[in-house]
Amino acid sequence: MTDTGSPRSSALRRRLSQINPVWVLLVLLIAAIIFMNPRFVEPTGYMNFLKRAAPLAILAAGQVYVIVSGGFDLSVGSLITLVVVGSSMLTNNDPAATYWVIPLMLTMGLGVGAINGLIVCFLRVPSLIATLGMMITLNGLAFLWSGGAPRGYLPDTFRFFGRELIRDVPLVRFIPVSVLVLIVVVGVFAWAMHRTNLGRHIHAIGDNPVAARLAGVPVNRVRITAFMISGLSGAIAGILLGGFAGVSTDVGAGYELQAITAAVLGGAQLLGGKGSVPAAFGGALALTAIFTLLNFLGLPQPVRQVVQGLILIAAVALAMHRRKQTGT
Amino acid sequence: MRHIIVATSALAISALPLHAQNFNDPEEFAKQQEQLQAEPMGPEGQPWLQHIGDSMVETADLGVEAPATVCFSNAGVNNPWRVVGYTNMTEEVANHESIENFIHVDAEGSDDKQIADIDDLLAGGDCDVMIVSPNTTAALTPAVERACEAMPVIVFDRGVNTDCPVTFVHPVGGYGFGIQGAEFIVDNVEEGSNVLMLRILPGVDVLETRYSAGRRILDEAGMNIVGAEFTDGDNAKTKSIVEDYLQRGEIDAVWMDAGATAVAAIEAFEDSGYDIPVFVGEDQQDFLRKWQEEDMTAIAPTYPTYQWRTAVIAAARVIEGEAVPGPEWVLPQPAITQDNLDEFVNPAMPPLHYAMCGCEEMENYPEAWGGN
Repeated sequence: MTDTGSPRSSALRRRLSQINPVWVLLVLLIAAIIFMNPRFVEPTGYMNFLKRAAPLAILAAGQVYVIVSGGFDLSVGSLITLVVVGSSMLTNNDPAATYWVIPLMLTMGLGVGAINGLIVCFLRVPSLIATLGMMITLNGLAFLWSGGAPRGYLPDTFRFFGRELIRDVPLVRFIPVSVLVLIVVVGVFAWAMHRTNLGRHIHAIGDNPVAARLAGVPVNRVRITAFMISGLSGAIAGILLGGFAGVSTDVGAGYELQAITAAVLGGAQLLGGKGSVPAAFGGALALTAIFTLLNFLGLPQPVRQVVQGLILIAAVALAMHRRKQTGT
Repeated sequence: MRHIIVATSALAISALPLHAQNFNDPEEFAKQQEQLQAEPMGPEGQPWLQHIGDSMVETADLGVEAPATVCFSNAGVNNPWRVVGYTNMTEEVANHESIENFIHVDAEGSDDKQIADIDDLLAGGDCDVMIVSPNTTAALTPAVERACEAMPVIVFDRGVNTDCPVTFVHPVGGYGFGIQGAEFIVDNVEEGSNVLMLRILPGVDVLETRYSAGRRILDEAGMNIVGAEFTDGDNAKTKSIVEDYLQRGEIDAVWMDAGATAVAAIEAFEDSGYDIPVFVGEDQQDFLRKWQEEDMTAIAPTYPTYQWRTAVIAAARVIEGEAVPGPEWVLPQPAITQDNLDEFVNPAMPPLHYAMCGCEEMENYPEAWGGN
């Protein structure tokens, strides 16, 4: 096709330029990982990768709700810690306790989100500060509860979601339970964001809260719901992380920034109005792929961190550049 | 946040190569190797009262009268090792009538705060004896020197670059820890076996010396070190790193510079369907339990938390005018092995309780340590 001016090829080019660059980045990173470690194409390779990415991907999918509504949620990292520490205290080695502890933890996630939302809506505290305060508070609570060192083990029934595999699955041999959780949660979050009125309202209040209010959107209720969804994602991520690796008192440290980074890699706009759950999922996979690739390269730790920082800045700069070009 | 801290500290260390401490000192290595073999002085079965070497310091002329106030400037209670140690300490204080008051200030892991804490304690004028557990060696030296001018000082855990304290209480040290684990691996796998080394962070003196000693022994024995990775002390990251290594080849032994994430590393073998290899952990209960349940080939070198008791005992002796081992009170540093594993496993204790605490006979054991 040499006639580049023909309508068909420009339509093709337009469609290509509409592909979110996060998917291109992800494909490149995965190709590099496979080049470094050909066994990555076996189920053990990619399933381990997905299992590892699951908590961050779920967290990023929840974070997108808050970001699109025009805020930040910095409290999810310490919420993860509180969920893991609290679960180990409450289950107290009793396998039967899992059945009430997990619903309780999910409710706690929703509750923390609701409080964040109420503070932002009614006390008029900017979300950055409100959730920063919540982050510090929850860290303190986790410390108080545990006395600074884990006090109990998580029973195997609790760890099922983050640790167990479903074996003898056709085609892929096995699927980690956490990957199933990942598919369901991201699926539901994507549906609610892109196929329901709630999703449209969240986009509207992030884009222009005044216009949204005048158009009859219940701004406060929608904003609180966004924070609750993010809190719920934090609780789910905590259950998976505690399951994957057991109890420690700083499991969640740093996850809030990683979740925001993943959402932004996926093209979410930091001041609201624009963002996509599937793209944030892609961003989380890309971020995990960067970590994995740097592990495989075997570079010394400080070099890894420099490279990691530069890749992140470059990727987001690229996304911004594309946005300017395509005018979206 | 942890990554930022790690990156900053790594940069800070790489920027100061001329002033960096030597973490691979053959003389210190040889000294600690010898101390591990030495027969300690003092009552058998009470290692917190024992000492290696026979030099003593008289304290009768230090001018402290019983009962007295002991002030403790603590680097932090910010990890499970320090939580156990601090509990040992407060329980030990109750054993001494000569200690009337015990004032504790927590520097929360900050050099600046600890320097200010020490100056505040000096200005307050209530202290008769001061115990310092320094956050970092070089930064705290001037503050400790100021304290020495005012009262007898006892330093423990990490040291300072001055000999003004009455005594410096510490176990054999980081080289000793590294030696015990690596020698166990050398004794239990064949030459040329694949060894994975897992480390917490770069640049921390007590961890760097563990690594350099372990590496020296493994290299000299002709082991194939497949990697030396930093885990940030994070369970999930540790498990991921080990899974990645298992995808690329076999691992015959795992050496760790600290045991808090040992169980996560073991689970990586289990969940990937491999046999658990030879393991070096530490004296945390969760690792000891796993070792017993799975009948592993393992060793647990220790950095005993009973040194927190010893610091209080040293302070009490200063008040009572008795001689103390000094200028360094070197405590024995035993490893837990298959032979004595059963004595240390206790399912009633929390997972990260450090079993080599010398605290089992104390009055409030196990409740004060979080046990049932």
